Amino acid sequence: MVMSQTKAAFGQAEPADYESAVSARNISKNYGAVEALRDLSLEFPRGQLTSLLGPSGCGKTTLLKIIAGLLQPSAGEVEVNGHTVTGPGPDRAFVFQDFALLPWATVMRNVAFGLEMRGVAKSEREGIAAKYIAEVGLSGFEHSYPHELSGGMRQRVGLARALSVDAQVLLMDEPFSAVDEQTRRKFQEDLLALVQHENKTFIFVTHSIEEAVYVSDQIAILLPRPSRVSEIIRPSSFRSKGVDNIRRDPEYLDIVDQIWASLRSYVE
Amino acid sequence: MIVFGYRLPGMSSLIVWGLLWELVGRLKLTFFVPPLSEVVATLYTVIGTAAFQKALAETAYAFLAGVGFAIIIGIPVGILMGKNRLLDELLLPWVNVFLSAPLTALVPVLMVLFGFGMKAIIITTTLFGIWIIILNSRAGVKQINRSLVEMAHSFGASPVDAFFKIYFWAALPEILGGVRIGIIRAVKGVIIGQLLISIVGFGALFELYSANFLMGHFWAVLIVLFALAFTISEFLAYLERRVSYYAAKR
Repeated sequence: MVMSQTKAAFGQAEPADYESAVSARNISKNYGAVEALRDLSLEFPRGQLTSLLGPSGCGKTTLLKIIAGLLQPSAGEVEVNGHTVTGPGPDRAFVFQDFALLPWATVMRNVAFGLEMRGVAKSEREGIAAKYIAEVGLSGFEHSYPHELSGGMRQRVGLARALSVDAQVLLMDEPFSAVDEQTRRKFQEDLLALVQHENKTFIFVTHSIEEAVYVSDQIAILLPRPSRVSEIIRPSSFRSKGVDNIRRDPEYLDIVDQIWASLRSYVE
Repeated sequence: MIVFGYRLPGMSSLIVWGLLWELVGRLKLTFFVPPLSEVVATLYTVIGTAAFQKALAETAYAFLAGVGFAIIIGIPVGILMGKNRLLDELLLPWVNVFLSAPLTALVPVLMVLFGFGMKAIIITTTLFGIWIIILNSRAGVKQINRSLVEMAHSFGASPVDAFFKIYFWAALPEILGGVRIGIIRAVKGVIIGQLLISIVGFGALFELYSANFLMGHFWAVLIVLFALAFTISEFLAYLERRVSYYAAKR
């Protein structure tokens, strides 16, 4: 009975009744003789959160950076809203694993940095930045420096910076891996609310199975050497049951087990 | 330092050395060391003389120009070397050679190339200071966090923006360290230049006083020079402390 629920969830990966915001088509990436990605294709539905999940070294961060335009694929192409990616663009914003904050700049300047690079006037960009600083819960810390903040607060700055440029696609590279467990849980809940309220497409790299299943509308499982998409899982039922009930939903637990079963053999 | 429960102000150890100097001078052990009190008295009379003020102006001009070139050329070259592999391979051996080379031996060549005037002195000063500035700026850029560069790139920073808003600030603690050491070396450069190339400025005063055994005058000018170099170095150390809040956390 429980298994059939899982099958139902897996079955829904097939019909494409959604619109793609980002398409990766036949992406290959070689580093010299090393094949990091081979002929990888993946669709990212608009307004939803897609996780890239896989064992370390499976090329998930490489794929994310190719989508960001920070790396060039050896073959294949990425389309964002119908436009082929040739480099970084205002339609995408990146959240970094190590936060990538300017240590010499205040929270305000860090959050406004993306807008500063786009030539937005100082008073205007600080107004926008102040709004997002408040949104991520850092009001009162506008004039603090990154080293005065905890890891979780620093990542909130990174998130506010990505939100303030108002890109349609948010690329998150293991954003919660450098913060402690309790902060991470809070972040995951906040992320669910964010996906629901902001009409943005999220691409989320993680190595945590539970995290991927908890936050994702769609989970792409990547297997390594060379990387390809081995499975796409679309959880169906527990998303609407509220943040407190997700972790004990049978479907949630089944998917976590299912993913572990397919990844187990790749973990040394 | 705390002695017998009293906190002594910074550099109070200088008092001990000053007393020792005075003692050695009073004992008349050697003509080379007159008592400190005599040196200080000479200092006051010397500072007022036209010769001293001319020397100070000439030296300051050569020093500031030389250091200015060293900084204006050294920092961008160092940053570009840190960013660009090709440029680095091309220039690094030369920078290392000149950093450790006995530059004094080069001064005669500079005299031939640039004449016996201010130009050669300024170039000597620059040559003494620039290499460590280049090397430190390069090191500062080399240690920059890759994801900061990626972050700037992902938000669409132009190369000029990246240079002035990321690379320069990320490397600033190392750059200031390099400038401080470079300036200390440049003090040597300007005096050596003045002594070897053309006898002007403080170089001329040293020459004059030591040739006439005016040791009080000699020491007075030396004290002025040491004090100036020390003050500049301390000012840069202060600037370095201003950026230290992020230096350890990049």
